[in-house]
Amino acid sequence: MIHRLTDTLNFQSEALVLRAERQRLIASNIANADTPGYVAREMDFATALRQATGQAATNGQMAATAAGHLQPAAGARAQAQLQYATPSQTNLDRNTVDMDRERASFADNSVKYEATLRFINGSVRTMLDAIRGQSQ
Amino acid sequence: MSLFQVFNISGSAVSAQSQRLNTVASNLANADTVAGPDGSAYKARQVVFQTELMGAAGAAGVRVSTISESNAAGRRVHDPKHPGADAEGYVTYSNVNAVEEMVNMISASRSYQNNVEVMNTAKTLLQKTLQLGQN
Repeated sequence: MIHRLTDTLNFQSEALVLRAERQRLIASNIANADTPGYVAREMDFATALRQATGQAATNGQMAATAAGHLQPAAGARAQAQLQYATPSQTNLDRNTVDMDRERASFADNSVKYEATLRFINGSVRTMLDAIRGQSQ
Repeated sequence: MSLFQVFNISGSAVSAQSQRLNTVASNLANADTVAGPDGSAYKARQVVFQTELMGAAGAAGVRVSTISESNAAGRRVHDPKHPGADAEGYVTYSNVNAVEEMVNMISASRSYQNNVEVMNTAKTLLQKTLQLGQN
């Protein structure tokens, strides 16, 4: 019963962790905007979230073909798969950071991080209301 | 918590950019210096950035790996009355290109601003995370 209450929270907290990771990734790209040879990285957020919440097979999933084979613990997840961003313009120093795109992703990600925070706050408030009842 | 690392990443970038701004300042300050008695004038300095990995995948800061000196020939001006003139009457100035330095300065200051803004956003997000579940 209690896990039904916290299921939404678990999902949102996984999303929050992934949002923070993406924020760090974009910060790295912005920090390296002037580094020669740096290749911008990007994260496939939908896939990473599906893997984190157990809705898709993680990359590190092992096939258990005998009784003694171990499985990774539930909730354990591999590091989100990072991909390389495709440069929209070539650069003389082989740097593929597109500042306009990174700034847009950064703003987008911070808004969505805040949205996730509000979702968590909302479900916490709902739960507290349900616990308190109408007595006040 | 990955958001805390944003401060390390952007902090390293800010310090690298300020070092770049420093070299621009010394280059511009020495733009009109002439060759000393040894015949060699000031050489324009340039920082070289390098990615610095910070533990986790996808966390990459910046550091200044070396400061290289430009080997371009210095500007030579015919001015026999100048105290720094050589036997043929030429004065050798430093090889600083003022236009290049100005462009470098604008680029460095923009990158600096970008990284400061990243840190500000991360700070706001962290503060909101700390207030999670309150009120």
